[in-house]
Amino acid sequence: MSVETAGRPVIVTRPMSHRRREFRRAIRSMVQAKWPVVAALILICVAIAAIFGPWISPLDPNRQDIMMRLADPLTEGRRNAFFLLGTDGLGRDVLSRLLYGARVSLLVGICAILVGGTIGVIAGLLAGYFGGWIDDVIMRLGDIQLAFPFILLAIMFLVILGPGVMNIIIVLGVGQWVTYARIVRAQTLSIREKEYVEAARALGDPTFLIIFRTILPNIIAPLTVIASFNVASVILSEASLSFLGLGVPPDVPTWGAMLADSRDQLMANKWWLAFFPGMAIVLTVLSFNILGDWLRDFLDPRLKTMA
Amino acid sequence: MQSAIVIIGVTLITFTALQMSGDPTYLYVSERATEAEIQRTREALGFDKSLPEQYINFLGNLARGDFGNSLSYKRPAIEAVMEALPATLELTLFAMFLAIVVAIPLGVLASLNRGSAVDGSIMTMGMLGQSIPSFWLGIMMIMFFGLQLRILPISGHVPFIMPLIQGDFVRAFTNLPQTLYYLIMPGFAVAFYSISRNARLVRSSMLEVLGQDFVRTARSKGISERAVVIRHALRNAWLPVVTMIGLEFGFLIGGVVVVEMVFSWPGIGRLVFNAINQRDIPVVQAAVVTLALVFIALNLIVDLVYARIDPRVKL
Repeated sequence: MSVETAGRPVIVTRPMSHRRREFRRAIRSMVQAKWPVVAALILICVAIAAIFGPWISPLDPNRQDIMMRLADPLTEGRRNAFFLLGTDGLGRDVLSRLLYGARVSLLVGICAILVGGTIGVIAGLLAGYFGGWIDDVIMRLGDIQLAFPFILLAIMFLVILGPGVMNIIIVLGVGQWVTYARIVRAQTLSIREKEYVEAARALGDPTFLIIFRTILPNIIAPLTVIASFNVASVILSEASLSFLGLGVPPDVPTWGAMLADSRDQLMANKWWLAFFPGMAIVLTVLSFNILGDWLRDFLDPRLKTMA
Repeated sequence: MQSAIVIIGVTLITFTALQMSGDPTYLYVSERATEAEIQRTREALGFDKSLPEQYINFLGNLARGDFGNSLSYKRPAIEAVMEALPATLELTLFAMFLAIVVAIPLGVLASLNRGSAVDGSIMTMGMLGQSIPSFWLGIMMIMFFGLQLRILPISGHVPFIMPLIQGDFVRAFTNLPQTLYYLIMPGFAVAFYSISRNARLVRSSMLEVLGQDFVRTARSKGISERAVVIRHALRNAWLPVVTMIGLEFGFLIGGVVVVEMVFSWPGIGRLVFNAINQRDIPVVQAAVVTLALVFIALNLIVDLVYARIDPRVKL
């Protein structure tokens, strides 16, 4: 006796995991909004330039060619060199420097967020979970820092510490922690009283496990929004500091430093020197901002009207 | 109270920054200084004392505005900063003015036409404004308006506040039109970021208020749309905006420092830049602390304004 039911084979679909379903929903919403897709593509290009700079850049970014100083874009040089975006005052290839410049911008942007995010998340968790004087001290420190124009602090520290990628990352990173701390604290305060935290406590989990394994995973989502806006503003700050000559050593090409160099040629109207690095900054920062906007709408549609 | 905490915080941070460099004495002497000179400077500046003693000294000097002599100008650092302050104030105040006066109508316009092309283009501009480095905007404006069209000056500064302080009112006010003319480009370059942010803020704040009952009531009473928007909605919408604008000043001051470089504006920003290149620590310090005080003063003014427009707030 067969047990075939209704003569039709049963189609066994593997249940799509929650994570995968979320991912599909995200992609769909992204495509619907259009601009985030463009932003993501731009950022992928920037990331490729940052990672593969040495392999894809046509020339050595520091190679000077006195004969080819201030060449217009689309100029052909000697020995098969072709200057798609022209050369600067020292005869260096603008395109190559632009590609290398992506490195510092992305590296500083992402690492500073990691530094600031880590400090901020830990501070916020502690403040929110324990409350009391710990909370007071941490949040008061944050108030002081926010009440001070941050770029001035960065200038002072970098003048004293001297230039360098590491110093910039630390200074810009420390500058960001308050934002994270505030949000994490608010979230922790509300989650602290939830049943599942109560349960973990009742089961006798050690406090630090409760904080990092029970609470932290539940507050990650809003942080990604802040992080993407933050990368944008850190990249802008890095460009400003490089422009002031406080960035990385001069032999490392950065977009901000390229703009600073372009000032010498301002009167000569060599527009490409300022135009391209500036556009690189604008497109990168804009992309992060657009992604941040989309991410916020996606994660919390209630916030849609907020700027 | 908040200001007092901030001032203590600033001094602590400045002090820590100095100590972090190892022996701060080396920041105050030239590279060719002899060992005896270094020792003399160390004693003169009190760096041989204990840390708490040094901090007290540091506070005392700060209170007297004494940051030591500039290493490159051979005169008190604070003097150089004070000379540059009026030009910086002009640029800062003008940029703030733009950031408020341009942003509010734009935000209101966008909120009243929600979802339309007007709203879309204002929001797009807002997005763009938050992504353009102020100094690059300055360079591009110089190239276009200054060098291409030749309608705006690419550098130069006509003082207004300086003669005002000196009591020469006639000169100050005959200068004013020129002052503003030279301020257009640098002012706009500094303000663009804030204009964008503020416009977005005003818009979202207005949208929130426009959906509330009292606006509907006002409309149903037959009050003209204009009065509803200006007297009822805007009055409530700009409370959060004023708070945010206060915080915005921090960004704005950062922008001023960099944009001054682009336009050769004779202010603190340019002074700081030159001091950075010469590692002239006293000048950098004096400038940073002065700008911080300006920032605090401006925030205090914002608080006062806030208390005035919102009767619920008591100082």
